[in-house]
Amino acid sequence: MTWGSASEFFAMGGYALYVWGSYAVAALAIAAELALLVRRRRTLLRRLGRSLSLPKPAA
Amino acid sequence: MPINLWRFASPQMFYTLAGRSLPWCLGGAAVLALAGLTIGFFVAPTDFQQGESYRIIFLHVAAAWMSLITYLALAFWCAVGLIMRTRLSFMMALALAPTGALMTAIALWSGSLWGKPTWGTWWAWDARITSELILLFLYVGFLSLHAAIDDVRRADRAAALLALVGVVNVPIIYFSVKWWNTLHQGASVSLTRAPSMAGTMLAGMLVMALAAWLYCIAVSLMRVRAIILERESDADWVKALPELRSLAHRA
Repeated sequence: MTWGSASEFFAMGGYALYVWGSYAVAALAIAAELALLVRRRRTLLRRLGRSLSLPKPAA
Repeated sequence: MPINLWRFASPQMFYTLAGRSLPWCLGGAAVLALAGLTIGFFVAPTDFQQGESYRIIFLHVAAAWMSLITYLALAFWCAVGLIMRTRLSFMMALALAPTGALMTAIALWSGSLWGKPTWGTWWAWDARITSELILLFLYVGFLSLHAAIDDVRRADRAAALLALVGVVNVPIIYFSVKWWNTLHQGASVSLTRAPSMAGTMLAGMLVMALAAWLYCIAVSLMRVRAIILERESDADWVKALPELRSLAHRA
């Protein structure tokens, strides 16, 4: 094990900005991509569901 | 018994198949990412030259590899779509592009944050970095061109052509560290040489790469399912989908 304590771990040997800056932005971007995809599906299903429940136009 | 693969070329079949494989890909990606990060941060030793800053490698290499592999997959589906005129191929290509762009952006971002402490600069017009930036422009160009053309089928074909022209950039990126002797270091992993790093570092990198594979597959499947529903919204099979029926009754 490399780390003696939690604060040592977060300090990353003085490279905290670079290491955590990389991982944090990547994690945010991935979370955003997943959230956008879930929202896209939900709105799409709602829109399609609404058009289904509309009364059929008279022939 | 021979399995007819063409069956899966139908958007309806593929929608169901993708939906069924999704939880496995997402779950697998999460488990592997957790394992890879554990190895990368708690098992792999401190680098004797770079100290702890090298730990960016577990993110950087996985994202950079996926930026290339996703582009190859995108170009492959574009070629299949242009040759076979299969609708689903173009939907696959369109679904891959945003995730490929994201992987490219993560590779560039983490590379920049790694370059500052190791090379003393955030950015350099080095061959590897420049060609990776061009890759980002190719992804963005593919998506913008597709969005700029109203007729979907024409948009599919025009963007596919652009993607196929851009594929020359992939070997340029891959071999750039060999062809030009600039700032970026050589390949970390090679099939012909013994690994140049500690076994646990290599293990962390490979597990993270696998996690990135599964993540890219998972989000592309999520996106292609949305694209299929958007494009096939008039089809009877879409109207008969259980996830729609339940919504319609509630409305």
